[in-house]
Amino acid sequence: MKIVDLLHHTSEWLKGTGPNSDIVISSRIRFARNIEKASFPHWASKKQSKQIAESIEEAAGKTEYLKRSTVFKLVDLDTVDKQFLVERHLMSYEHAQKTDSKSVIIDDDEIISIMVNEEDHLRIQVMQSGFNLFEAYNIINKIDDCFAKELVYAFSAEWGYLTACPTNTGTGMRGSVMLHLPALVMTRQINQVLAAIAKLSFATRGLYGEGTQATGNFFQISNQVSLGHSESEIIDNINGLIRQIIEQENQARELLLNQNRAMLEDKINRSFGILKSAHIITSQETTELMSLVRLGCDLGVVREINRRAINELFIITQPAHLQKIEDKKLSAAERDLKRAEIIRSRLNK
Amino acid sequence: MLCDICKKNPATVHLTEIVDEQMSELHLCEECARKKSSQMESQFGLSDLLAGLADFEKPSEEKELAALKCPNCGLTYKDFKKIGRLGCGECYIAFKKFLTPLLKRIHGSGVHCGKCPVKTSIVKPTRKKAVDLQELRCRLQKAVELEAYEEAAKIRDQIKELQEKENQKGPL
Repeated sequence: MKIVDLLHHTSEWLKGTGPNSDIVISSRIRFARNIEKASFPHWASKKQSKQIAESIEEAAGKTEYLKRSTVFKLVDLDTVDKQFLVERHLMSYEHAQKTDSKSVIIDDDEIISIMVNEEDHLRIQVMQSGFNLFEAYNIINKIDDCFAKELVYAFSAEWGYLTACPTNTGTGMRGSVMLHLPALVMTRQINQVLAAIAKLSFATRGLYGEGTQATGNFFQISNQVSLGHSESEIIDNINGLIRQIIEQENQARELLLNQNRAMLEDKINRSFGILKSAHIITSQETTELMSLVRLGCDLGVVREINRRAINELFIITQPAHLQKIEDKKLSAAERDLKRAEIIRSRLNK
Repeated sequence: MLCDICKKNPATVHLTEIVDEQMSELHLCEECARKKSSQMESQFGLSDLLAGLADFEKPSEEKELAALKCPNCGLTYKDFKKIGRLGCGECYIAFKKFLTPLLKRIHGSGVHCGKCPVKTSIVKPTRKKAVDLQELRCRLQKAVELEAYEEAAKIRDQIKELQEKENQKGPL
């Protein structure tokens, strides 16, 4: 598989299917794993990192779940390629910053991605569309077992999986759920919800993980604590919290429909109108307007387009995706033109 | 709109900053945004937070700390405090005395209750038992907290059984 092949493929997390897919975009589980006695990536010599990468890539070759997968070495990728993978949530922004002995292994369905030599030797990630953490966990668990047969993990009976940063020690697991909460934002209840989440030791982030702002009403919620609870307990806790947030978002949507139907329909249709007719549009504005059109789809206000098509538009209008489509570097201004053109052609079909 | 910093390039990155509860907006070009973000990172990163959390050692322990070094990878405790990352899995043993309270502060617990790696030729099979025992102890503690005494009694019996089995086999 080549990077450009991904352009014609819908990532698992953008399929718009699965339980509660009106509010939950995707569910993701990641495991942090390291090799026994080997220095962690930030502390390892070039030679050590190379050896580690080779042993992990070899182990991946023997993993049944990765039979249809590709190893992308970061030295072979240019800036746009790397950003492209970040936009598709196949690797982190941090991973894209340095290239030495770093790679990312991606399966053809874009469900599994494994970052090699990120903060830890292995960062295994499994994505599912909709609210489906347990399914993601079932898959990642099996992949992890396959690797554990080939590699000896840094593990202690007392502290579990040993990671470069003590915030990940224990299960090494982070479960995160991406939510679309436009009604809680519109009814100004979101700050209360976010404050409650923080009190319960969960983290809220924007669309692209650590350090990113929440835009277009998208929020990523994940566990902070990884030691002292089993994997299934952690997932149960996240699920419990997410169910409550879904309930609150649904109530807020109903409230808006009952009390302010005309205002809501006006907002949604205006957003749809701008997207259908704009000639210059930034990615931030696109995300904000698409968020409202997505809400329109969920509520039956917009019928001309479905959730999957919105998700696809959302991803192909990201900066690196636009440059991949055009197969050349584009300035911010050129991208805004191209973005508007693609959106117009898709929405006015 | 031009970039607020260089006033030359068009602003494509829009930041909202909250300083002293005052919200302000910044409109930057890509280049200035990159500079700004690395500046923010160096001003305050996770390593500072971790170092702050780890900063509870008594003055009498200072000498001991200065000499602490992982025999496997060579990372010193001072390095750890500076970068907020450990050097290898063995650092956890070398810095155990100081990591134990730190892990407890971060996670609210100091004992792993989850998965352990599937057996390999190198991983001693006794490890699995040790983990089983720990998971049971964890569950026991939680059952007691929840006042689920029937469940707690069941777990207690399981722990006893497992311990007796181990003892029969002699020292591990």
